[in-house]
Amino acid sequence: MTLAVRYRDEGADELVFYDITASPENRSVDRGWVSRVASVLDIPFCVAGGIRTVADAEAVLNAGAEKISINSPALADPDLIDALARRFGTQCVVIGIDSQRTADGYRACQYTGDPSRARESGRDVLAWVREVQQRGAGEIVLNCMGSDGVRGGYDIEQLCAVRALCQVPLVASGGAGAIEHFAAAFTQAGVDAALAASVFHSGAIGIPALKHALRASGIEVRL
Amino acid sequence: MTDTLIIDSGGANLASLQYAFARLGVATEVSAAPKAIAAARRVLLPGVGSAAAAMERLRAAGLAELLPRLSQPVLGICLGMQLLFEHSAEGDVECLGILPQRVRRLQPSPSRPVPHMGWNRLEETQTDPLLEGLASGPYFYFVHGYVAPVGPFTLGAVEYGESFSAVVRRGNFWGVQFHPERSAAAGARVLANFLAL
Repeated sequence: MTLAVRYRDEGADELVFYDITASPENRSVDRGWVSRVASVLDIPFCVAGGIRTVADAEAVLNAGAEKISINSPALADPDLIDALARRFGTQCVVIGIDSQRTADGYRACQYTGDPSRARESGRDVLAWVREVQQRGAGEIVLNCMGSDGVRGGYDIEQLCAVRALCQVPLVASGGAGAIEHFAAAFTQAGVDAALAASVFHSGAIGIPALKHALRASGIEVRL
Repeated sequence: MTDTLIIDSGGANLASLQYAFARLGVATEVSAAPKAIAAARRVLLPGVGSAAAAMERLRAAGLAELLPRLSQPVLGICLGMQLLFEHSAEGDVECLGILPQRVRRLQPSPSRPVPHMGWNRLEETQTDPLLEGLASGPYFYFVHGYVAPVGPFTLGAVEYGESFSAVVRRGNFWGVQFHPERSAAAGARVLANFLAL
């Protein structure tokens, strides 16, 4: 809650909340919490975590989220994407993909919030990106697991490969450690937004400084 | 009598609009009852989902005839703005007909994905009390796949591959394509301006 208010005041363009242990623990994100955060936020708010049914999604949206992000449940039941898009419109439906590099391409992973349950879903990421768009995804967040948490930069090569077949907004995730990393995601991979967590939480990168630097390098941002 | 009424258009997500008014210190009522709507001092028409589904719900609630006859300030938000027009290509549906133009699909291009989601600068084309006190070229948050053309009723436009209406007005009916409740200080100002109409 403190973080939510801080990011709002610092000029974040969107807040995404991932309850990453919800799916592996077979529960859904706490709606009371969603509602408390939504009541103080005046920027877009996307919520993820164990949304497995249209009713789960409706409860989260009614609590004040703009968008719902689905990852593991979509891999378990792809028809959920169609059902959510039909009920709430594609603009509400974000698909999160945890992607792992393998010898023969990229594979989507499931239940990554719990190391003991995390597993490869067997789906090829590029094929999955195509499929979720056909089913009604309105946005894709690509979390490149190989670069996630190591702050060595976004996986530009992988983002480019996904960008080439992604007609909906694409959000880069995993690997941000320095301001140049954000700039590279926009200029080299052509993403629509860049997501980061740890560098903001720790204060290693301040949002106002980041946005000023991006604007100075010619990337349009809201200041 | 309710001061500020939000039409329960059946979609989810009315909470964020209610929270936005609460931050301005204003309590709102959510209702689809024709009597309450007719009596309210000001009316908001939000909308999430598709135009065809929303019009079906308005018709079923007896609101499709009522809304164009309202004389108090009415503000349509996002899909709610599009419903003020004559027709929408989203489901090929006849809308409320308060504004004469037709809503069309936004055309995607490699650098302009659709749905359009993000913060864009508003170019104010006509001054209006609804837009009072905004900085020049303010950013607002947009989420939509369909657009209304720029025309005589346009107060502000946005460029996203093509230029489209972001703020419209005809008489006591205003519409905004963006989400004021999620557009930080600029959005709050628009809502405060609406309360002052």
